Amino acid sequence: MTTQTGSDVGIDATRAEVCAVACAELFRGDGEIVAAAVAGFVPMLGSRLARATFEPDLLTTDGGPVLSARPVPLGTQADAAEGWLPFRDHLWLVLNGRRHVVMGPSQIDAHGNTNISCIGDWERPARQLLGSRGGPGNTLLNTTSYWVPKHSPRVFTEKVDFVSGVGWDRGAHEIRAVVTNLAVLDFATPERRMRLRSVHPGVTVQEVVAATGFDLTVPDHVPETRLPDAEELRVMREVLDPKGLREREVPA
Amino acid sequence: MSKVMSADEAVGTLESGMTLGIGGWGSRRKPMALVRALCRSDVTDLTVVSYGGPDVGLLCAAGKVRRLVTAFVTLDSIPLEPHFRRARESGAIALTEYDEGMFMFGLYAAAHRLPFLPTPVGLGSDVMRVNPELRTVRSPYADGRELVAVPALTMDAALVHMNRADARGNAQYLGPDPYMDDLFAKAADRTYVSCERIVDTADLGKEGPPQSLLISRSQVAGVVETPNGAHFTDCEPDQRRDEAFQRLYAKAAADEEQWAAFRDRFLSGDEADYQDAVRRWQEEQ
Repeated sequence: MTTQTGSDVGIDATRAEVCAVACAELFRGDGEIVAAAVAGFVPMLGSRLARATFEPDLLTTDGGPVLSARPVPLGTQADAAEGWLPFRDHLWLVLNGRRHVVMGPSQIDAHGNTNISCIGDWERPARQLLGSRGGPGNTLLNTTSYWVPKHSPRVFTEKVDFVSGVGWDRGAHEIRAVVTNLAVLDFATPERRMRLRSVHPGVTVQEVVAATGFDLTVPDHVPETRLPDAEELRVMREVLDPKGLREREVPA
Repeated sequence: MSKVMSADEAVGTLESGMTLGIGGWGSRRKPMALVRALCRSDVTDLTVVSYGGPDVGLLCAAGKVRRLVTAFVTLDSIPLEPHFRRARESGAIALTEYDEGMFMFGLYAAAHRLPFLPTPVGLGSDVMRVNPELRTVRSPYADGRELVAVPALTMDAALVHMNRADARGNAQYLGPDPYMDDLFAKAADRTYVSCERIVDTADLGKEGPPQSLLISRSQVAGVVETPNGAHFTDCEPDQRRDEAFQRLYAKAAADEEQWAAFRDRFLSGDEADYQDAVRRWQEEQ
């Protein structure tokens, strides 16, 4: 299970662990806001890892309506609550804005428009998916990031079939970054088009370009995504995810 | 005055063509016993307003839905609802698709007799494209901001499931989240509450604080005692979601032959038959 990915001597992190740390990095500098990492185990772990290490003021949930007094291990309930955030208050908090959400898109385009609603024509979809959920509100009013466990041209598409989450060109508050199993992507270009920020250790730029269905902005020099440090690995493996749920979500 | 009635009596007051709200959220504290009673009835051609879960799935499978008003349909631990998917992909139902927060604003507006409530949510998204009846309003103040005027989601009737209720309709939730059930109750002309257990009014205070008394009898037309009546959705702390049975449901729902067998085994009789069939199935596992 443990794949040698790093160039650093002595650090032996799996791809899932690199992804979790990249998800933690999404929240760097966010301060005292709710980290709503609803897209899966890896971003949920990332948000709790950020809080347990470099971003201690973050508020995190136990996956339910409890704001936990401490970051809780994946799959467990909070032993102590510091707040209560039932769905209705989550939806009001979207308007308040002190929230950074990580969602999982079925499709995403170069400006960060995303689709979780349906594939094909909305009137008579080829594949009905979830529906818009909170995508329109989240993206318009809160900082939003995305987690894509399997980076492919089907997800990274020229045009999304339905805009459930608005991108930079349609009035988004802030689409911060996209973490995938291959890379970290952001929108740090003048026209806010998607750009390759870093590739995970062991991944080539060509692989990411081939797995992206639109013209990706690729800087001359693309750094490697940073590895977890020893303390982050300890917190993930021994405290926040001892069952290794993160490994299930990232293809080998 | 007692409002206690059976599930069939509650459903017997509904008429085809109505707009019907269903409480709960996804696969959480859904009034499934009332939904099953509705599926057994002749009522059809419904506009269903719901944060959708297997309630929507069962009603779609039974051909009861003309239009669905929702922000999503999910089984939570299983992301997609097979019956809803088929209904959409075959064009069997019309859809009004909102964002979750827009939907809530529609409930708040209806619950408080407002024609609409303004929110920026929806702007820029295709929710505006696929709901051409949606209008925007401009703030009359200096900000001049454009906002979506989410219309009131008024309903003819609503169905909700709670942990406890008294015979007069005061209803209590004991789980971690009220969802929007009080808003559904206020937004509907009449509301039927099913519950795990009917208790004396004096006993409502024994299990939860006053703020757990989510729904007032002034909003309730009928009370139905249906133990395990949210099955297979959760009704914490009385019942957890029956994940194994939900998997069985989802697998059966994805295939016509399997669905026929599931329906024969679990949905061909009344609620007591359903609960018996579920118990027998659980014993086999």
